[in-house]
Amino acid sequence: MASVSQSHFVATRNACKLCAPLGAALVFKGIERGMPLLHGSQGCSTYIRRYLISHFREPVDIASSNFSEESAVFGGAKNLAMALRNVTAQYRPALIGIATTCLSETIGEDVPGMIRQVAEGALEGNPVLVHVSTPSYSGSHAEGFTAAIKTVVERLAGERSFASSARQVNIFPGICSPADLRHLKEIVADFGLTGVILPDYSETLDGPAWSDYKELPPGGTPIADIGSMGGSMSSVTLGRIVASEPEKVAGEFLSARFHVSHHAIGLPIGIKETDELMRTFERVSGSVLPEKYRHERGRLIDAMVDGHKYIFEKKAIVYGEEDLVLGMAVFLSEIGMIPVLCASGGKSGNLHRLIDEMIPELKGKIEVADGTDFAGIDEMAERFQPDMVIGNSKGSRIADRLKIPLVRVGFPIHDRIGAQRILHYGYRGALELYDRIVNALLEVKQARAGLGYSYL
Amino acid sequence: MPEVRILKERERQILRKGSGDQDMACEQKSLAGSVSQRACVFCGSRVVLYPIADALHLVHGPVGCAAYTWDIRGSLSSGAQLHRLSFSTDIQEKEVIFGGGEKLYAALSELIDAYHPKAAFVYSTCIVGLIGDDVNAICKRVAREKEIPVLPVHSEGFKGTKKDGYQAACDALARLVGTRSPEGISPFSINILGDFNLAGEIWMIRKYYEDMGIQVVATVTGDGRVDDICKSHGARLNVVQCSGSMTKLAEHMKQRYGIPYIKVSYFGVEDMADALYKVAEHFPENPKILTRAKDIVRQEVQALMPELKRYAQALQGKKAAIYVGGSFKAFSLVRALRLLGMKTVLAGSQTGNKSDYEQLKELCDEGTIIIDDANPLELSKFVKEKDVDLLIGGVKERPIAYKLGLGFCDHNHERKEALAGFTGMLNFAREVYSSVMSPVWRFAPRRGGEYRSSLSIGREDHGQRISEPFCCHS
Repeated sequence: MASVSQSHFVATRNACKLCAPLGAALVFKGIERGMPLLHGSQGCSTYIRRYLISHFREPVDIASSNFSEESAVFGGAKNLAMALRNVTAQYRPALIGIATTCLSETIGEDVPGMIRQVAEGALEGNPVLVHVSTPSYSGSHAEGFTAAIKTVVERLAGERSFASSARQVNIFPGICSPADLRHLKEIVADFGLTGVILPDYSETLDGPAWSDYKELPPGGTPIADIGSMGGSMSSVTLGRIVASEPEKVAGEFLSARFHVSHHAIGLPIGIKETDELMRTFERVSGSVLPEKYRHERGRLIDAMVDGHKYIFEKKAIVYGEEDLVLGMAVFLSEIGMIPVLCASGGKSGNLHRLIDEMIPELKGKIEVADGTDFAGIDEMAERFQPDMVIGNSKGSRIADRLKIPLVRVGFPIHDRIGAQRILHYGYRGALELYDRIVNALLEVKQARAGLGYSYL
Repeated sequence: MPEVRILKERERQILRKGSGDQDMACEQKSLAGSVSQRACVFCGSRVVLYPIADALHLVHGPVGCAAYTWDIRGSLSSGAQLHRLSFSTDIQEKEVIFGGGEKLYAALSELIDAYHPKAAFVYSTCIVGLIGDDVNAICKRVAREKEIPVLPVHSEGFKGTKKDGYQAACDALARLVGTRSPEGISPFSINILGDFNLAGEIWMIRKYYEDMGIQVVATVTGDGRVDDICKSHGARLNVVQCSGSMTKLAEHMKQRYGIPYIKVSYFGVEDMADALYKVAEHFPENPKILTRAKDIVRQEVQALMPELKRYAQALQGKKAAIYVGGSFKAFSLVRALRLLGMKTVLAGSQTGNKSDYEQLKELCDEGTIIIDDANPLELSKFVKEKDVDLLIGGVKERPIAYKLGLGFCDHNHERKEALAGFTGMLNFAREVYSSVMSPVWRFAPRRGGEYRSSLSIGREDHGQRISEPFCCHS
């Protein structure tokens, strides 16, 4: 079994996770004309907006019910009602996703009751109101993300009994980049399937320049499509960690309630996990892998051969959400690298087991640290003598200190532009990751050699 | 898009200079659902205390508040770097039920042992009071055990606005001031309050003052040190920038220790020079100080003018919108932009008060829109209406400008460019110039940069009819 590392600190130092409402807000941003509203203090919305804007470099408007002392004592019903009215008047949303914060959860707000009361008062345009419980003292942004998806599906699926196409498939993509979402859509379409991807922030958080400001950016999963998810032929959930708690997953709900067959697979990072994705779509669609992807796969393998020597048995520290870490670790093992430390602020309890299952050949060579933080990773790092660090931008100081490269993947990337366009998924994503990883190591080698050589 | 609607409750927080004598409504809680650009009480405390580099800053509550404020500011330290780490008690469900006191005590104790800070600030976030943690008592106990000041900062997010957070921070600082001997401090001495040493700004300013013959005792909110703050009551004058946040501490020190204070700004040539002269005038018994101040201003201005003029020439007549946290900064920016030949057509802030807005109105031209606690939709409406070339704001305002194809200058806490002082004015001019004059705006849809088809058939695109292709006109 992969060995386990734990920090001995009670405090969390430089957290390697964010709070649950952020994950929920991200989901609501991926619904067509969806507007997130956090029920709590003003700061929660503003901090999360700032955090997301610095990554996506797009407008991210998130409303707040803006608690006062009075609301903390007597309840926030009045504030929530006012917030819903004002959000509706300004943004004309089709859906308002209300996520609770630690404050409203702790005082035990009956948000569903409040929503019923407000809805009777009829908001202009009649937006759908969805409430998700996201106390930030339980779970991280990854859990908030999963919970929001399930809540939206529970609330809306079944509203339309028919799917827009007989070949409709639901896809729950995991926390990924807009580029990943666009690539998934392309793959689904190439299999002749009609995909309903939830959430789909590929356009809302990575859109073109505008001629006019838009209160809500175009794009996102249409509400009617979510309503028809019960009529889809299949659901595909990406993320083995997410799926290891079936009761929290929308795909399981759709399977139980509407008998939509559910395929839970990993994030399609690297060859094996992308193969799995493609085989799943083959099974669902009855069509064989389109030639285009055979070529992409071939080019990926060709590149892996070209670069294999430069990276063999190079050691990497990988961190981020547990599913991303698992996906990256599997990919690294495919290209001959060793993910010596797999770390996450998340703590599903399943990361060790899944790493063992997915990468049996590296047994004993990987340490897993879940529920950890960046200070903990930093303190462990030296022991592994890593050649590189792979993860979001918050690990840059570890890389700087060890004078090794950081290959930026995942969320957040606050210190570079283009985070929203990083492709991780599919053969194409693996190829891009591969080139970046090899080149980062070649740059180090070239710089250290000091010879200025002009061939590899 | 359909016209942006201004929420009725917000109408009195927006005025146009020259159209009626409407009284500006301000200093009120943000309207629920309006998507204010403000943060909360915690944010106010955190930003003020953050730059105290040799103190431990422990955020008590669930993990979000600490995670979102990790290394959030470009506030530099010349020594200790402890402020750039993020510490949270990361409260879990168990503590919500049984209380977080024990965890706080354990976290504080272990962190003090591990990092040896000179003092510790413990920020209470939203739920701390609700779950019944006696933060004051725990701080007292740890202070006794570890023999360093451990200061509770009551910054529950919902208990007011960002300004209440400033107050909580000033309260904590006030408890440090006066706890060390001020022996050996020069009669010509000041404290610098309310500059955050973004990109090393306070080092420039400190040098100006030192070159004038002034001793700088404490730079409280930028490259700050606990020991300096403890003896800062030995300074003869408090020099306050960002008056919204630090006036409370200056007031306290005036009443308690009889130290007068002045309000200054280090942004722009005029205001920077004023900040030096005002301090010099405070020490008339040493006329050399004023002489040196004049020398510094002369030399610095001479050095920067040629390049500044070049930028001003290019920027002549361009229009700017300003939306910043504190209104005092807005005054300086209006003046600095004027020096660059630019006109401010929209000016607003998150936390201005009535007299601030009066002053802003006074300073601006007819027709300028003055706005308090704006939201993204209002800002987008007005920058479009005024057809501005530049928006000055922070990270949250940036996408509004960029999406619409306007230049942007980051004048907030994340920036990595020093914009204060004389050198800062030049950097500011360069920033503005390199955004406004960039060729990329030519391709922005609003500036006619959309693709023009070579075919004469018009086509529908995103519901908008594309204008006639140019080949038809030839």
